[in-house]
Order: sequence, then C-alpha cells, then structure tokens
Amino acid sequence: MPVENPRILTKNYDTPNSWTLATYEASGGYKALRKSIAMGPAAIRDEVKAANLRGRGGAGFAAGLKWSFLKTHPEKPNYIAVNADEGEPGTFKDRTLMEKDPHRCVEGFIIAAYALDVHTVYVYIRGELVLAIKRIEQAVREARARGYLGSKILDQDFKLDIVVHAGAGAYICGEETSLLNSLEGLRGEPRLKPPFPAVVGAFGAPTIVNNLETLAAVPSIIELGGEAFSKLSRLHHLKDGGVRLYGISGHVNRPGVYEAPVGITLRELIDDLGGGVRTGHTLKAVIPGGSSTPVLRESDTVHAPDEKHPMHAWHGKSHLDVPMGVDTMRGLGTMLGTCCAIVMDETTSMVRVAENLMVFYAHESCGQCTPCREGCAWMARLCHKFADGSATTVDLDTLADVANNIIGNTICALGDGAAMPMLGILKLFRNEFEAAIGKPTPLLGLKVA
Amino acid sequence: MAFELTPERLAIFEELLPKYPTKQALSIPLLHICQEQLGHISAEVIEYVAKKLALSTADVKGVVTFYTLFQQKPVGRNVVWVCRTLSCELMGARSIKDALEQKLGCHVGETTRDGEFTVLEAECLAACGAGPMMQLNDEYFENLTPEKLDDILDAARRKKDAGCAATFSPIGIRARKEQ
Ligand SMILES: Cc1cc2nc3c(=O)[nH]c(=O)nc-3n(C[C@H](O)[C@H](O)[C@H](O)COP(=O)(O)O)c2cc1C
Ligand code: SF4
Ligand code: FES
Repeated sequence: MPVENPRILTKNYDTPNSWTLATYEASGGYKALRKSIAMGPAAIRDEVKAANLRGRGGAGFAAGLKWSFLKTHPEKPNYIAVNADEGEPGTFKDRTLMEKDPHRCVEGFIIAAYALDVHTVYVYIRGELVLAIKRIEQAVREARARGYLGSKILDQDFKLDIVVHAGAGAYICGEETSLLNSLEGLRGEPRLKPPFPAVVGAFGAPTIVNNLETLAAVPSIIELGGEAFSKLSRLHHLKDGGVRLYGISGHVNRPGVYEAPVGITLRELIDDLGGGVRTGHTLKAVIPGGSSTPVLRESDTVHAPDEKHPMHAWHGKSHLDVPMGVDTMRGLGTMLGTCCAIVMDETTSMVRVAENLMVFYAHESCGQCTPCREGCAWMARLCHKFADGSATTVDLDTLADVANNIIGNTICALGDGAAMPMLGILKLFRNEFEAAIGKPTPLLGLKVA
Repeated sequence: MAFELTPERLAIFEELLPKYPTKQALSIPLLHICQEQLGHISAEVIEYVAKKLALSTADVKGVVTFYTLFQQKPVGRNVVWVCRTLSCELMGARSIKDALEQKLGCHVGETTRDGEFTVLEAECLAACGAGPMMQLNDEYFENLTPEKLDDILDAARRKKDAGCAATFSPIGIRARKEQ
C-alpha cells in the first residue's frame, strides 16, 4: 500500500511566507475557531475525544481523556502549558510546525483554551529555537490585531492571552512537571506525581500540559469532525487516530519531517518517506521514536501465536512491518515516542551509539534521584570503557545491573528513558560489547566508501 | 559596578511582568534580557535580578547554574554550539567539531585569543534531519562539511551588531528588532 499523503498539518509548509496570517487565512485558517465558538466548549471536547488524538509528546496519552481530568479550582484559574521544549535526540518535528505554520499552532491553542475555560496559555519553547520563538510571537501579535486574541474574541465573552516563554537549555524541562517548575522561575527539577498537573499545575493551578503538535492538530479535528480525523489513521480501531508528523534522520537518503497517517510501518517510514537506507548500505538498526525508545532490528519477528494476543495480527512479521502506534510499539517492547526515527546502517558501532546516548543522559539528568544521577553517569563511563577498549567482562554485567537499578526507582521518566534503550542495545547487540573487550571501537560518522 | 538594564530592555521586562501571577516566573526571561546586554551572567546581574524579583541571590544563582544557555563567565563575541548527539554524530559531527577546533585554534569550552569565538558542544538541537549541524549565535547551519565552515566563520567575524554584547538571545531587543 503506498503511503497516503494527507497534507493536513503540513498543508502550508511549501507555501511562500507560510508563517503569515494572510497565508493561513487564505488556506482556510481560523475558520475552525469560528466553528468552535459556535459549537461551544463541551462539543469541542467531545470531538477531541472522538478524534482518538494521542499525545504527540512521547507518552501517547489520549488528549481527550487528559482534558477530562482538568479539576477546576474554586479560586485559581485554569492554564494550558504548551510543551514546545523539543529536545529528545532525533526529534525535530515541533520546530517545523512553529517555523512554518505558527498560526495553526496558535489557532489550536485558542480552541483548546476555549474548550477548557482557560484565559492564559503559556507556550514553553526551547530557548535555542530563536526563529520558532519569533514566529510564534509574531503569530500571536497578528492574531491579537485581528481579534482572535484579547479581551473579546470574535466579539464573544471570551478573553485569552498567549504568553511565549523561552526556556534556557535543559532537556529535562520537556518533562511536564519540570516544565512547570521552570515556568515558575525555578530550577527545572521534576515534581513527584500525584498531584498531576491537571489538578495542581502551573502556579498551583489546574493545568493541561500538551505537546505542541497535539494542539496543532485541534483545528483540523474541528474542521473535519473528530471521527473523520480519527479515521485518517490506519489504527483507528485501536483508538489511535489521525495523522501526525514523522521524522527520519541518520543513514537514509531523504532525511526530514513528513506527514502521514498514524500506523504506517517503520519500513514505509524508512523506504517510502526517507528514501531508503543510504545507497550502497544496508540497515542495521533503527531507533523508532527518539533516543529513549529501545532499538529495533529488521531480523526480529513478532511472536504472538495466540489468537487473543493483541499483537497476533502481526504474528511472524518483521518488527519493521508492524504499524507504528502507541500500543503496537509497546507490544514490540519499545515505544512509539515522538515518532522520529534514527536509522543506522551496517557501518555503525552499537557500542559507540550507546556511548553517545549515555553521555547525553548523564549530562541531562537533573540530579534529584540517586539512581538516575549516578546510574546515567556510570553507564556513560562504562560505555566509554567499551568504546576505548579498556572494558572487562565484569563491566558487561555491571552495565546491565546499573541500568536495571534505575528502572522504576526515579521521580520522572528520564531515568527509565536512559536505562531502557541501554538494555535494548545490550540485548540485541551484546556480541558487539563482547568483541569490544580489549579492542578500541572506531568512532561514528567517519567517511565510508 | 552595579548592573542596570538599559531603558529599552527594562521596558521589555515591564511588559512581560503582568503576564505572570508571580514575579519569580520572570527569572528566566529577565536573565535572558540581562545576558543579551552584558554577554554573560555576572555576580552583579544575579544581584540585580534578585532585587528586581524580590528573590535571594541563592535562588537566582540556582537557576543560572541549572540552565546551559546562561553563560557564567564572559564568552566570545560569537558563540558556536556544535551538535554532538546521535543523528548528527552518525553523519559526521566529530569532523565538524575537529575542523572548528583546528580552524579557530581553540578547544570546545574555550574562547579564541581575539575574543571573537567561543566553541561549545550542544545536545540535540532539533535539526536532526539536517546533520551535522551547529548553531552560531541565533542561527542554524545545517548539512555542514568542514569546507563550508570558512565562509560561515568569516561572515560572523565581519558582522557587527551594536548595542548587544551577546549575539544570541531568545528575548531582548535583538529578537524584537528583526521581527
Ligand atoms: C525526560 C523527558 C523529556 C520530555 N521532553 C518532552 C518534550 O520535549 N516535548 C514534549 O512535548 N513532551 C516531552 N516529554 C513528555 C511530557 O512529559 C508530557 O508527557 C507531554 O508534554 C504531554 O503532552 P501530550 O500528552 O500532548 O503528548 C518529556 C518527558 C520526559 C520524561
Ligand atoms: S529521574 Fe533523573 S531527571 Fe528525573 S527527577 Fe530523577 S534525577 Fe531528575
Ligand atoms: S542530533 Fe543533532 S540536531 Fe538532533
């Protein structure tokens, strides 16, 4: 089946000056806002539920359900905090939305705010993304001048301000409670949950934290209707709806961000969208959805002979031929994550891949929990030893032990997000670590013939 | 010498102030604005921010040391962040880092003798499909090769931007001017 090319989120990507209000309105922009206001908040929330919109930030939580958890406080306002801290290695989709179609994002924020009785939306954008910040700020100004924001939106009794908040460099601030602390002007250290942000969020007030792409899908959901949007997905029957942005990077011919239905396969992502593994080379491994998601190989197949097993439909198939959905990827022992895959060909040393990633997590651990702070640094040191040839057999067991001791023992998911891919690499490529004992491993990215 | 924001920058801060329910929420925005003016976060900046936001200097220092974009010591007129993370490394990020160090004659973490460039490593900058890449001040340079670096560095040397010590800031007069 050829991959459908829906062009919903990316409708304006190739239009000149795609980021201006004029372009967005000419393409039908802000009609969904008018329709939303005519529908009313409850009907909007119903459409988002019917859309089976799963969060695009990594965890894949159903947006409609999350919205229903918002617990209004008698004295405090409700807030929305938009997560645009995009920092998961391999992930570069939200940045394209902000730079190329900021009004789609802003319209999504306004509709969500109307649906959730919110009068202030904070957009937390990674501080490095100067162009994205400018584009969203410009869109907010244009929208305000046009009456889509302000004290009487489209002459209704609805007021809203959107505040762009730049971060200052910290991957952990993408974790939702760390983001809230950072927004409050604190160090970006995650909070214990519960309470969840929908009950106690920003400034002690109930807050919905959603990924930027999640909210950018809302105008299309209103325009098409929730169910129709959901049915664009190949996994509508699994309540994983709509279209989304896929990223692909590493050893492929056409790296980039592409829009496709939920539920295309990794093989389609690599071959049809990404133009295949770089010419003259073969696939070794693929990280499906950002660096925290365990690696997959083509040679592994689904084993689910039992007809009642949720993965039975793909019994005997390669992991690359399973549709990419929140639940299906979990069924493979990995995660859908951000849907941005990193492709590695046969020249790649998995010892060096592990080293690169563990250095990342060691650098980014906020340091609150001992298993994560010490464990990530320890995994990085052990990977260095394997890479430079000084590791011993004992180090192999220690590496697995350290990783296992992080899992489940930390405040936030960063710790697991480091340990799980480490264990995944060890499971599938243990032989490379064994072979690296006493022998230095070449660096990644050297020129190959 | 005590630090003070210029009136133009102070106005940006005052415009942001009512958008948040607490003053403390302005910590990061205000530090960005101060850094744009001075180029780094000095002890005087920390005192200034603490006073403006009615916080202790320890609170502000805690924030400054947590976030990588706040420079705790003076940096070069231009700052280069070369991405070292996986997608970029697979595509040759090490050769870009090596070439930068060689062309500028300083290591990662250091500033050139003439004060023109500081070279730093960055973690994934959300441009993974166009690796190897680097950020130079507030601009991205993608699909790099060592050969492309000469022109990029020369252009940065020639570009002078009066009134901003720092050539990078997500908030401040520089970000506004270009809109
Ligand atoms: C270490 C860590 C980093 C994260 N980084 C991001 C991020 O950059 N962007 C994002 O949207 N979600 C990120 N998340 C997920 C958020 O915690 C949260 O689940 C998400 O913003 C919810 O939005 P969604 O339900 O719309 O996906 C991160 C989670 C963890 C544990
Ligand atoms: S798991 Fe790691 S990043 Fe998360 S709170 Fe604990 S120390 Fe911080
Ligand atoms: S890995 Fe370099 S930009 Fe993402």
